[in-house]
This record gives sequence, structure tokens and C-alpha cells, in this order.
Amino acid sequence: MGFFTDTSVCIGCKACEVACKEWNAVPEDGLELTGMSYDNTQGLGADTWRHVAFIEQRKPVGNAEAGERGDLRWLMASDVCKHCTHAACLDVCPTGALVRTEFGTVVVQEDVCNGCGYCVPACPYGVIDQRKEDGRVWKCTLCYDRIGAGQEPACAKACPTDSIQYGPLDELRERAAARVEALHDIGVADARLYGDDPDDGVGGDGAFFLLLDEPEVYGLPPDPVVTTRDLPAMWRHAGVAAAALLGGVAAVFAAHGRTGGRR
Amino acid sequence: MSTSDVTKQGVRGVRPGRDALVGAGLRRRKRRGERPMVPDAEFTSYYGKPIINRPTWEARDIAGYFFLGGLAGAGSVLAAGAHFTGRPGAARALKISSTVAIAGSAAALIHDLGRPARFYNMLRVLRPTSPMSVGSWLLGAYGPAAGAAAVLDVTGLFPRLGRSATVAAALLGPAVATYTAVLAANTAVPAWHDGYRELPFVFAGSAVAAASGLALAAAPTAETAPVRTAALLGTAVETTALTLMERRLGMVAEPYGKGRAGRLMRAAKVLSVAGAVGGAALGGRSRTAAVLSGAALLAASACTRFGVFYAGVASADDPKYTVVPQRERMFSRRAPGSGESSD
Repeated sequence: MGFFTDTSVCIGCKACEVACKEWNAVPEDGLELTGMSYDNTQGLGADTWRHVAFIEQRKPVGNAEAGERGDLRWLMASDVCKHCTHAACLDVCPTGALVRTEFGTVVVQEDVCNGCGYCVPACPYGVIDQRKEDGRVWKCTLCYDRIGAGQEPACAKACPTDSIQYGPLDELRERAAARVEALHDIGVADARLYGDDPDDGVGGDGAFFLLLDEPEVYGLPPDPVVTTRDLPAMWRHAGVAAAALLGGVAAVFAAHGRTGGRR
Repeated sequence: MSTSDVTKQGVRGVRPGRDALVGAGLRRRKRRGERPMVPDAEFTSYYGKPIINRPTWEARDIAGYFFLGGLAGAGSVLAAGAHFTGRPGAARALKISSTVAIAGSAAALIHDLGRPARFYNMLRVLRPTSPMSVGSWLLGAYGPAAGAAAVLDVTGLFPRLGRSATVAAALLGPAVATYTAVLAANTAVPAWHDGYRELPFVFAGSAVAAASGLALAAAPTAETAPVRTAALLGTAVETTALTLMERRLGMVAEPYGKGRAGRLMRAAKVLSVAGAVGGAALGGRSRTAAVLSGAALLAASACTRFGVFYAGVASADDPKYTVVPQRERMFSRRAPGSGESSD
């Protein structure tokens, strides 16, 4: 099960952010005005499990005619944990606090997490983070409690435009492909899917998106790779380095011989 | 936080830079002497916000742990060398320093946890995909061995058991000194992850230099000939590996040369060369020179670890180090004639 977030119909109302906070009892995440846009939440973190990005561009949407105000467009997109098929956070967790559920989602067991923080820099999307006053890490659970009871996640439930859709991934992928095609047909050539490919660096996302521009415009990495893909090579290099350390020092002592040998 | 005021004279305190950077086209910076492999990538970001979350680790705890773990691990190898070649003074100093260092490491690691009281959860599972999990078990084996080696040496009790502990600590020591490089590299932090080939050698060299420095400063001059050589070797390996790493990383190496990380890395280079060369030239003759060289080597190793740490944090904070290499990777994958390569 997963999310398909169709940003082309997002109106930036932030109902998802609010619904998520209400349902999951997520604490306040800083009341400040950034001055950069209507986005005052800024990014995902321990206390922000849904984040609506707000982008203002000098670009026309599809075949829309530029009016008096010029070719201005607003992009809004609700970001969330991707629930990767190959999840780096889960791979590097030393306590087993992060687990994969029966729905294929990735969830932190808050009674096991000891706050080592390894998952934070491991996540290629910058999703999971540590709640400072609490010490543990937190992120979207894809409303594990709700979906277990046959309900849809709070954000999808609250979304007034169905920008956030919840369902079985293969069904969502079909729907998403049809939507991209429809958008291309009406001239929105920029429309593309992000995170839908099971052959990408993270084995496909459990939450994927329809974007209207490059991923980095929305603060998403263009080609994320799960860090543990290179881990066997890392262990090999470290093994060689450790062996070199042992061998090198042994050689030095062998060359110098016992005390009284050459200085 | 400052805000702008609308007055009769106009708007005061307007905050500049409100435009999204979309398409603003921050050009990729070229490093001196580097041939661009692909056309300059147009770099865009979401208001310059970082893409990955910065590590929550405290520099003092984690970089300090990298340093102490290296000092302990390499120290145990040198201690065994000294032990079995009739250099008891150097062996004892190194065994004690390794024990103190590894105890300090464990304290730093537990202190850095968000929930220190739950540190034992590390021992719920053994997970090869998590260097921190592997490291916890490694410390669980190495710590007692290093401690036993020191205690039995100082007390003179059970000499045969002491020898076994010395050997065990020496065999586990290199793993303790180098696995921390994997710990850092196995993240999405560009300056750490992309350096995974060279980082273990940087850490190994730096660890040997630190432990040699300690022995040089603490052991009788008559016993320090091998550690003076080891200091030279360690410094050479560290410097070479760092040079290779910075060359291969290209633009991702920038954080190693800028800001706090840059200052630390430069200090490390000067101190390690001074310590290793000074120790080799004068450490056998003058006690003062030996102590100074040893201190320089220890300081150099600490600077290297803190430098690497801060470089990683800086590379996490700037989205360009995440976006540009990924764009290049996608570009080279799509380019005709170049097959998909994962390495």
C-alpha cells in the first residue's frame, strides 16, 4: 500500500499537514514566517510528516496564455516519507527500531528507538529526523493505525482535491500513468512521475509523485540511491585498510627487531 | 526575526532574496585543473534548502569518538608489537592509552544517544547493513580485551592471559580503527559517502599516527624507534589517501577545503607532517622533541577527524552537493555509448 501524490491538482491548502498533526498528535514544529514563500513549514522533519512545498515560477503551465501578470505559475506539492522499497533508514538502524510492516511501509517503533540518529543522515530524501526534546526519531507512519483498521491515512482523507491518493501501489501506478498521459495530451509537457520506478536507486517509493518540474525544484533529490547499495564495497575497502594497518605495523616492528636493534 | 515595515516613505527593511531559485542557474563551480566531464549542470533547488537532513550528531561526541577509537585500535596493534619485541615501557603506555580511549569512546557514544538509558538496545540485533550495529558488537569484544591487556600488564597478574588479551586486542584493533570510516560513509552525506574508497585508509593512517604520537610522548626514548617509523608511515598513508580522495570527489571535495573543515584539514596536514618528521629526526635524541612531536601527531589526528566530520555536515547543508552529482550520474547513464555503471 502507498501514496500517489498528484501535485498538478494540489491547491496548497495544507489540510494534509493539519490532518496529519491532529491524527498523529505531532507537536508544533516552529511558528515562524520564512519570508521566502507561503511555505512556512520549510521541510520534512521529526514534527512535520507532511510538508506542502510552494514554488513561484516564471513559466507558463501547458498551453495557458500569459495574461497581464505574465507567465507566472505556482507549483504546490505535498511531500511525505517515501517508504522506500530499499530503505536506508531501516538498513542502518542498529536497534531494529525501524521495521517494515505488513503493508510494505516503514515505521519507527518508538519504544525501541534509542535516538542514535544514524537514520537521519542515511535517508537520501531528508525525511526522518530527531525530536530534540525527546531524543528519538520520528517520521510518517503512513497512518499505520488507520490503515490497519481499513481506513485511509489522515492526509489522504483530508485532501480536498484528491491530490493525495492512497491505495495498492500497482493500482496507483496505473492511475498515475494515465494522469501523466492526460496531462501530456493537454500540453503540460513538464508532467512526469517521480519515485514510481521499481528499478530506481531505492527500489521504488511507496509514496510517489506526479511533478510538473525537475525534482530538485521541489527539494527532492533527482537520483537518490540507498546508501547501503555500496556497503559491501565499503566493508571491502575498510577490510583492506584494517589488514594494511595490521600488516604495516607488524612489518615496522619486524624491521626494527628487538630492542637494541637499529634505531 | 526581522520583518519589513510599510511606512510613508516606502517599505523599510525589505528582505531580499525572496524569489525561488528555480532556474536561477547557480553555475557549478569548477575546480582548478579539473576537466568538466559533462556540460555545466544548471543547479536549482528549493529556496536553497538542504535536500538531506543534517546529521544530528554532536561533533565532540562523534568526531571525538572517531579520534579516540582510532587511537585505541591502532594503539593496541602497536602495543602488541612493542610487547613482543621487548619494549615493555611503550607496550604499557599504549595498553593504558587504548583502554582509556576506548572507555572514552563508549562514553561519547552513549552520551550522543537521544535516549542514553536505552543504549543496550544496540545489542538487541546484529545487523551487517548497519555499521553502528557491527561497531557496537565490535566494541563489546574489543573493549574488554584492551582493558584486560592493560590491567594484567600493570598488575603483572596472569602473564599468559595478558599475552592473549594483548593479541586479541591487536587483532580487533584495526577493525575498531577503520570501521568508523564505513559508519560515516554509509550515509547519504555526499562528502562522506562518495569518499568511501579512501576514507578507511585516511582513518587507518590517522589512527596509526595518533597512537605512534602517544607512544612517542609517553614511552622511554630508547623504545620508540619503531613508533617513529610507524608515525611516518601513518602520516604518509593518511596524506596520500586524502589527496586521492579529494581528487576523485571533484566538486564534492569542496567542503574539505572550505570553512571550519578546511581550516581543520589544513592544520591536520601541517601538524602531522611536523610531528612525523620532527619525531623521526629528533624524537630519538631529545625527550622534549619526542613529547612535542607526539603531541603534534595526536592533535593532527583529532583535526583530521573533526575536519572530516564538519566537511560532511557542510556537504549535507548545501543542496548542490546532493543535486549536481546525481544530475551528472543521470546524465552519464543516459549518454550514448556509456553503459550503466554502478561504481
